[in-house]
Amino acid sequence: MGRTNSGSRGGGRHTGPAVRAGDATRGDAGPPPVIQIRRVTKSYGLGDATVHALRGPSDPVTGEPLGVTLDIEQGDFVAVMGSSGSGKSTLMNILGCLDVPTGGRYLLDGTDVGHLDEGQLSLVRNRKIGFIFQSFNLVPRTTALAQVELPLAYAGARSAERRRRALAALSLVGLADRSGHKPNELSGGQQQRVAVARALVTAPAMLLADEPTGNLDSRSTEEVLGIIDGLNAIGRTVVLITHEDEVARHAKRVIRLVDGAIVSDVRQGPVAGPPPAIRPELVGGRS
Amino acid sequence: MILWQMLRFAFGGLAANKVRSALTMLGVLIGVASVILLLAVGNGSSVAVKDSITALGTNSLTVSAGSSFGGARGASTAKKLTVDDAKALASSAQAPDIKSVAPVVTTTGAALYGDISYTPGSIVGTYPAYFETSNQKVEKGDYFSNDDVLNARKVAVLGSTTAKQLFDTEDPVGKQITIGGTPFTVSGVLKTKGSTGFNDPDDLVIAPLPTVQNAFTGFGSVNQILVQATSAETTTAAQAEITQILMGTHALADATKLDFRISNQASLLTARESTGKTFTVLLGAVAAISLLVGGIGITNIMLVTVTERTREIGIRKALGAPKGVILGQFLTESTLLSVLGAGLGVLAGLIGSHFSIVGIKPVVIPESVLAAFGIAVAIGLFFGSYPANRAASLRPIDALRHE
Ligand SMILES: Nc1ncnc2c1ncn2[C@@H]1O[C@H](COP(=O)(O)OP(=O)(O)OP(=O)(O)O)[C@@H](O)[C@H]1O
Ligand SMILES: [Mg+2]
Repeated sequence: MGRTNSGSRGGGRHTGPAVRAGDATRGDAGPPPVIQIRRVTKSYGLGDATVHALRGPSDPVTGEPLGVTLDIEQGDFVAVMGSSGSGKSTLMNILGCLDVPTGGRYLLDGTDVGHLDEGQLSLVRNRKIGFIFQSFNLVPRTTALAQVELPLAYAGARSAERRRRALAALSLVGLADRSGHKPNELSGGQQQRVAVARALVTAPAMLLADEPTGNLDSRSTEEVLGIIDGLNAIGRTVVLITHEDEVARHAKRVIRLVDGAIVSDVRQGPVAGPPPAIRPELVGGRS
Repeated sequence: MILWQMLRFAFGGLAANKVRSALTMLGVLIGVASVILLLAVGNGSSVAVKDSITALGTNSLTVSAGSSFGGARGASTAKKLTVDDAKALASSAQAPDIKSVAPVVTTTGAALYGDISYTPGSIVGTYPAYFETSNQKVEKGDYFSNDDVLNARKVAVLGSTTAKQLFDTEDPVGKQITIGGTPFTVSGVLKTKGSTGFNDPDDLVIAPLPTVQNAFTGFGSVNQILVQATSAETTTAAQAEITQILMGTHALADATKLDFRISNQASLLTARESTGKTFTVLLGAVAAISLLVGGIGITNIMLVTVTERTREIGIRKALGAPKGVILGQFLTESTLLSVLGAGLGVLAGLIGSHFSIVGIKPVVIPESVLAAFGIAVAIGLFFGSYPANRAASLRPIDALRHE
């Protein structure tokens, strides 16, 4: 499928003990983090009714929210956990350029997303980000093949090229034989796999998944996670929201949110190399 | 994104709601068809009037008894028009612009041929000059002559409708018919003038004036005097001369208290034509309103479609659809609706214009077809652009969260 990611990055990369998110990682050799968010806040409503969906730690003096600051390395596999309403989806939507933060800066590949106009934003969504939703969000009445071709169509790919790449993506998720099916003719697990195929067809560097397995049974969950593991193994950055520890075990790093602030950030595996699920000897190590 | 791709998306969108799309198109169809058809009907009646102007001859004037000022009519002892008035007009040296004069009496009565009885629209007694003045041409046989008038011969010229009613396929020339007990020999049949939609000018019998006076009306007054001016340009001068002469014969001094009226056929018909234009404009306005309603239908449907598909718009935007593509998709959809609706409307309008409506043969105005089609498509674009723009401007997350 088009450009394979520029290798799973050299083994020379520093793979030391759990790295705290934040400033500590700066200054290292190697590529800069794909995602850098700086003091990002998101609030809804005004006055007393304001909901701070993302607030970060409070300023010890004024009590003002300082915002969430977080770096995600290229090739990392991050699971975001936290109770319902803790701001996980809010964070994810900002990362996916689907929403804009109330305050703070978001740098994607070093570019400040806040400075992009509408057209550039759609380019970013199309080329750099693959988004997977809990509720699949397939386009109704559209066959799986056309579904997966959509991002390519928006990218301006030729018809033959689109077809080829879409079929490749569908066979990667094991649905080559279902390419003519419409969403209402597919099971939930199959729909989510179509959504995964759609998210990866443009070969984006970053895969964002908001509870991708939330609506799936354990078997479908394993299938989808298997695909995501494979994508991370070839170097894609993955950020995934989940409520389940089973799912979080696949990640190299687990972040916990409480009331819009990061309360813990645990590394379960090195950034470089395949994810823990593919290297079973590492699961549970380094915490 | 290529245009073809957009068209495919748009067709898909329309096909997803076939009944709804069909009903919306029906609205546009009715709008466009009614614009074309109603304007064609209005135009058709104008054309009919215009034709009858040329048929009547633009240089004929009709003098009839009675005041031109309604209020004065009862007060003055209005003098009737007589054959002497006509003779005064015909022989006067003061009337260089008058070419010919024909006094006219009209009556009605049943005509009999064998055992067929038919009552023609009118029985006209007049002079041969009448034929030229009123633009009546003979098709078979001949007109009657001045000699027939002088001798009060019992000859008649039939209008084509009357001839058809009495004789059907038989040749009427030389046959005897009986009108009100008087036998007439048919000397000729007139060419068909065709209906103007108001009355049938071919349903009449024309006979020499004294013959008709003798048999029906008596030798008193005449109903009208038909005057032909030397040309269309001299009708105004001729009208002044007639006024002068008749004021003399009627011994009138005050030009504001005349006991006769002169009507200029051409100006009468011009007035009628302008009424026809008003009629066309009114019809056009009604039709334009229905076109507008069709346009509102498109807006309404596009708003519903956009609302219904807000989530889908969110998904597409999350996949990186640029604003232009979303805008294009919905605009293409609404334009497609209006183009298809307008196309079918043009078709319906053109087919409908082949049937005559309330006695009027519609005459399609080519510009109206283009304009109706163009306006409908423009309405689709214009009214579709609001919902489309609203859809395309949504932030992906807001669209995705839409219930
Ligand atoms: N559009 C909105 N308007 C107002 N408040 C909102 C909006 N979206 C989210 N919130 C609030 O922001 C907070 C965080 O919401 P968020 O969706 O990020 O939670 P979450 O961590 O994803 O929860 P869950 O695990 O249930 O999906 C919640 O308190 C929610 O009520
Ligand atoms: Mg959520």
